Amino acid sequence: MSQLMSAAWRYRGFIASSVANEFKARLKRSRLGTAWVVLQPLAQVFIYATVLSNVLAAKLQGVNNKYAYAAYLVAGSACWSLFVEIVQRCLTVFIDFSSLLKKIQFPRITLPMIVIGSASVNNVALILAALGILPILGFYPNWNLLWLPVLMFLTVALATGFGLFLGTLNVFMRDIGQVIPIVLQFWFWFTPIVYPVTIIPEAMRKFLVFNPVIPLVVGYQNVLVYGTAPPHGLLWVGVVAVVLLSVSMLLFRRASAEMVDVL
Amino acid sequence: MNRPALIVENVGKAYVQYGSELRRVARWFGASTRPISEHWVIRNISFRVNKGESLGIIGQNGAGKSTLLKMITGTTRATEGQIAVDGRVSALLELGLGFNPELTGRENAIYSAGLMGLPRDKIEKLIPWIEEFAEIGDYFDQPMRTYSSGMQMRVAFSVATVVRPEILIVDEALSVGDAYFVHKCFKRIREFREAGTTLLIVSHDASAIQTLCDRAILIDGGRLMLDGDPQQVLDYYNALIAEKENSTVRTTRTQQGAVATESGTGEAQFDALQLIDSDGEPVEYVTVGQAISLRAKVRITAPVQQLVFGYMIRDRLGQPVFGTNTHHTGQVCLDLEPGDSVEVLAHFPANFGPGSYSISVALTDADTHLVKNYQWRDLALVFTVSNVAQAKFVGTAWVPPRIEVSRSVGRGDAFAPSP
Repeated sequence: MSQLMSAAWRYRGFIASSVANEFKARLKRSRLGTAWVVLQPLAQVFIYATVLSNVLAAKLQGVNNKYAYAAYLVAGSACWSLFVEIVQRCLTVFIDFSSLLKKIQFPRITLPMIVIGSASVNNVALILAALGILPILGFYPNWNLLWLPVLMFLTVALATGFGLFLGTLNVFMRDIGQVIPIVLQFWFWFTPIVYPVTIIPEAMRKFLVFNPVIPLVVGYQNVLVYGTAPPHGLLWVGVVAVVLLSVSMLLFRRASAEMVDVL
Repeated sequence: MNRPALIVENVGKAYVQYGSELRRVARWFGASTRPISEHWVIRNISFRVNKGESLGIIGQNGAGKSTLLKMITGTTRATEGQIAVDGRVSALLELGLGFNPELTGRENAIYSAGLMGLPRDKIEKLIPWIEEFAEIGDYFDQPMRTYSSGMQMRVAFSVATVVRPEILIVDEALSVGDAYFVHKCFKRIREFREAGTTLLIVSHDASAIQTLCDRAILIDGGRLMLDGDPQQVLDYYNALIAEKENSTVRTTRTQQGAVATESGTGEAQFDALQLIDSDGEPVEYVTVGQAISLRAKVRITAPVQQLVFGYMIRDRLGQPVFGTNTHHTGQVCLDLEPGDSVEVLAHFPANFGPGSYSISVALTDADTHLVKNYQWRDLALVFTVSNVAQAKFVGTAWVPPRIEVSRSVGRGDAFAPSP
């Protein structure tokens, strides 16, 4: 494990420049370039806001603001998009870079790290945009905003745990790459992002504990919209993340030797 | 200088298949599942290469060369045996791998150098060197999609060789690019070698192997067949290929179903045709200026009034380089009877430039083959010339000059006659 980390540390310059390159390449390809990083999730928010606001806006409790639903969506999406981007890109990262992996010897762990880096930068950009928009809608940040880095860190850790685990297996069992996007679709709708957690029937709520993304999403919503502290359960998310990360690191290390043979 | 830079010991690589991939995964965590099939790509390969030595790796496609190289670079692990590498390995395998066409040459160079494991501050210092060596001018700051493949190769090579590695693997990659840059690449490779870099050269280009390598190994069917002098290994390799093509060679010789490049009425036929060196040994690789002979054994099957033997040496593009016949040399054979045989030996120095040449031969009754053509064979023999001993030159002809250079001290008068 420490070997993996020291290899990654030696390649930190490479990781940083790769993340930067991704942005540069995007900037060159389209006129708005990096702005799309923010515009795409906001467009998503706009779509949900238009389609669902009449149905769901009234269900938001404790906030008297006509833009409350939009703000709620921004907060939830910020968390979910970070999670999903890391999981999805880790899922195929080894396959996407197969030609490089086959020919050049470099620490493979750098690939998921580049994914984490660029997804985090994307997310920070989105959060900054949100922090610009939310006050206009009437939601002002308070000290609870300091929770945000913690929430982001946990989201990244959890997503990496899942992503690395699935991405490693996907090299050997390509069906995983097909199934997971569908699973993620379900997961999205089983997480209170476009609807408030309160509309889930009481009988079903006890199952929510099995969805480790919920405390994170709710945390983002609390911090950004309600100005309150994240819910309890972050510790449990942390435990899940650590367990997943350890398992996936172990899997990754065992699989590493044979990975190139099947790529 | 005699410390080994690379030790390959009893190395083998098997690609294994499991009943299901889940079993493979289970095995990583200690479950004992047996693979359903094992496919050994290479096995029992052992050799060592000293510092500063250069080793040619020869073998047909699919012989296991790339697998061996992958294990030496470390992208794949050997199933059995050990590989010990002393120092950094740099591979010129597929130049330009990982380049992003949207980014500039400079950005891609930084990325590639990072991939090689160079720290950021060092890269910053090396970038001017890379830019200078690539010699692509303003293009260095243009997106790579605007590059020609030659320019991409220039950047890729410049990055790959900016730091001298302990072991440099050179694949076919160098065949791309213009002659000027290829020459520059070889110059750098030679400099590395003089500075103690071990070279591993994989090529089908016999002259590259001959000029750059001290030693060669031949891999066939995943086994190490031969380890020795490049010339010896190349000869063996060619014999190996010839053996595989044996059947076709024989049908040509026995005249069962003549091939397209052969024609003639057949009163006189070639029984054997060989290019031999001064010891009478058949050769296919010759060095510039080497004394060689073309030996033809001719069998007569019907009465022949006059017999003229002619040959033509062509370069790889089919352009005639030299041709003559026994009519011009005044050595016509007259009144031959069936059962007679004639042996012709044409001795000549191989005063050709490096490259591949073919020999066409003909048996006719006069100056041209248009009157009576007994047998005509195009591409009857192929040989390769490489320059190992002579000063570098270009072209298909070796015309050794004696160059005199006289120098006079200028006194401001540009047209002053030299003493």
